[in-house]
Amino acid sequence: MTKKNVTRRGVLKSGAVAGTGLALPTIFTASSAAAFTNEPTGSSVTLGFNVPQTGPYADEGNDELLAQQLAVEHLNGEGDGGCLNTFSSKALQGNGILGKKVGFVTGDTQTKSDAARASAKSMIEKDGAIMINGGSSSGVAVAVQGLCQEAGVIFMAGLTHANDTTGKDKKANGFRHFFNAYMSGAALAPVLAAEMGKERRAYHLTADYNWGWTQEESIVASTEALGWETVNTVKTPLASTDFSSYIAPVLNSGADVLVLNHYGGNMVNSLTNAIQFGLLDKVANGKDFKIVVPLYSELMAAGAGENIKGVLGSMNWNWQLQDEGTKAFVKSFGEKYGKPPSNSAQTCYAQVLLYADACERAGTFNPCGVAEALEDFEFDGLGNGPTWYRGADHQCFKDVLVVRGNENPTNAYDTLEIVEITPRSQVEYDPEHPMFAGGELGKCNPGA
Amino acid sequence: MLGLNKKDTSLLIVVAFLTLLAPFILNPFPEGSAMAQFNAGYPDLMQRFVIFGIFAIGFNILFGLTGYLSFGHAAFLGVGSYSAVWMFKLLSYNVIPAIALSVVVAGLFSLLIGFISLRRSGIYFSILTLAFAQMSFALAYSVLSNPKFNLTNGETGLQVYADDPQILQGANAPDLPHLFGLPMRATYTMDVGAWSFDFNAGYYLCAIIMMIVFYLSIRIFRSPFGMMLRAVKSNQQRMNYTGLNSKPYTLAAFVISGMYAGLAGGLMAAMDPLAGAERMQWTASGEVVLMTILGGTGTLIGPVLGAGFIKYFENIFSKINDNVLHSWFAFLPDGLEDAVVFVIHPFIGKGWHLTLGILFMLVVIYLPGGLVEGGQRLLKRFKRKKKDTDDAPSGKTEPAE
Repeated sequence: MTKKNVTRRGVLKSGAVAGTGLALPTIFTASSAAAFTNEPTGSSVTLGFNVPQTGPYADEGNDELLAQQLAVEHLNGEGDGGCLNTFSSKALQGNGILGKKVGFVTGDTQTKSDAARASAKSMIEKDGAIMINGGSSSGVAVAVQGLCQEAGVIFMAGLTHANDTTGKDKKANGFRHFFNAYMSGAALAPVLAAEMGKERRAYHLTADYNWGWTQEESIVASTEALGWETVNTVKTPLASTDFSSYIAPVLNSGADVLVLNHYGGNMVNSLTNAIQFGLLDKVANGKDFKIVVPLYSELMAAGAGENIKGVLGSMNWNWQLQDEGTKAFVKSFGEKYGKPPSNSAQTCYAQVLLYADACERAGTFNPCGVAEALEDFEFDGLGNGPTWYRGADHQCFKDVLVVRGNENPTNAYDTLEIVEITPRSQVEYDPEHPMFAGGELGKCNPGA
Repeated sequence: MLGLNKKDTSLLIVVAFLTLLAPFILNPFPEGSAMAQFNAGYPDLMQRFVIFGIFAIGFNILFGLTGYLSFGHAAFLGVGSYSAVWMFKLLSYNVIPAIALSVVVAGLFSLLIGFISLRRSGIYFSILTLAFAQMSFALAYSVLSNPKFNLTNGETGLQVYADDPQILQGANAPDLPHLFGLPMRATYTMDVGAWSFDFNAGYYLCAIIMMIVFYLSIRIFRSPFGMMLRAVKSNQQRMNYTGLNSKPYTLAAFVISGMYAGLAGGLMAAMDPLAGAERMQWTASGEVVLMTILGGTGTLIGPVLGAGFIKYFENIFSKINDNVLHSWFAFLPDGLEDAVVFVIHPFIGKGWHLTLGILFMLVVIYLPGGLVEGGQRLLKRFKRKKKDTDDAPSGKTEPAE
């Protein structure tokens, strides 16, 4: 089919080409001079804000971005300073971080692990970002955390609630301020017992992915410890928009509580379906039927509208808290954007300040120094009360809020009321707890 | 050279030249300047250019030659990625076994899907492949990631953990993908004045592999086998009437292009050791169709250009935000500056899909042959100007087609 003419000249030529190709990679082995990845050398330092700007969690992402921009303003000494005035650590002067002006770049995670990593990589490789902050999904957070560990930059997680982020997927370069599914279970259980009694039969609908499973596991464990019975746990595909076919069987299952382990648009739709089926008006086993949404957010509450009235859930933070840190943050956020911040916004704002503060206290941007300054750091004044960044797994421990859909909201933002502030001691757990065991932090990686 | 005619050889040399010098070509603007936003010469994006180039070259062997439009090629890419990461988890971080396995597994998988899907042609074939790809996506996303049998790790994506066996991982081997000790992440940065150029080991591995598979694709295009595939495209029925069974040829083309996709998936995992299920979603399959059509279906270089074009938009335009815009137009008076930013806003940042969509429409309407046709037209225009004087009619009658 083909004719082959092997000539001496041809062999020499292709040999030379192949030789150059093979020799080429050796020039990359030369090590560079920087002490760690993206060491800032000029008068400014770049942070990377990687949030979902499109996809199911876009609302949360855009709110996070607003808060991150506000944090940068406060770090640079613009605006009213926000939580810098109430923060218990006084290392930040409002002159940037370590005297360098803070700049930032943004990226879109699209709520997809792949896209999030691509966007974080471009921020690290192209824009020289020294820290990545944000994310609105645990899958994305775990993926980006892994990337930051490999690349040698610090990852300050945004909204991520799955146990795995600081459990089996924990990394030395990653830090989480947000609470987790275990804490939700621990905080909700006593309130559920007080409101609904100890003899309840629960039916779980769970988003079929990592976060859904860990949340289901946590809630089942803590409610069964109370004496509740779990009738059934059903996984629903993440992409579904209509949950009618999942709600209908609940009616005849003998359950009297429905637990929706859903988030974002999923939760809005499943809750709406449940209300349309009249679940809340039913009486089962001689008790009023109840619905529980273990993880709440303001944006979901706004999306579900009337339907959330009376529904219980848990939150990391709420703008209606009355401590000094919350007041300062809500005031500057409200003045700038004309609305109160969501709890995902608050966690990103706090994470940026915590990172900046750790750099100041460590006196360096080196991820290893920063990590050391964050580990076992005790602070207050950022809105969550006294908080402890545990060194063993890089998880923050603070009070958890149990909230309920407001029966009589007075304005558009007053959709949730705080039922109880569960103290920190009640939601603490051992780093080797079975729900979190299996991973290890490893060693901090400064890159380069 | 290498069994190619003169025209193909020069094309191959041009491609080799462009890929090897990409770090210079893609970073034309000095670092720190306002235009640096448009630089694309950082390792991650350069790797994506060539990896998706490989993906599109393979897709073009099926679509460009046989005309069979597969809407499920992302499934093979995903399968390739998962196999590669499993190799990292079980054997070692060396990329060679990972890439080899990804090609083999994607080949087997495409043999299975191709065997079933190729029983139909036209739109039915497209729908069958789409259905298979969506099934694979659903399997990877939730079914195969339950705690009892965790093959894909679901939404989080398959990763390498510290407690994985990695039986061949040497004590001193780097703890990230490497080629016999050379980490894929290794980058040598060359500073020339205000410019800075990144030479990344992973990129060059991908680039060399792309040149090899590009050469292979030229050989396939020019071979009797390629001719047979073209015949399938022009009239399969007539072929069957002559007593020729075309199915082995189309199946071979399908498997070859599936293996190209698997290779691309394996390389993606080798550059960044994580395999996510979204890689298999139908949008990812649609993307490679767009790349091929945008660049020029059935041409050799077209799919590579299309892949570069789309990836450039995805990664560069999506990162321009309002702050950047304000800094560009800061010289305008305040009111006018806001107005200009307001007008441009929907087309940048998260609106990059919109810009890409408009460009895609323009290309399909005015350049049905894709970017390659655009290039040819430009070339012709220059040539005509040169030849204007001696371009008199030859007087000879030319046969009509």
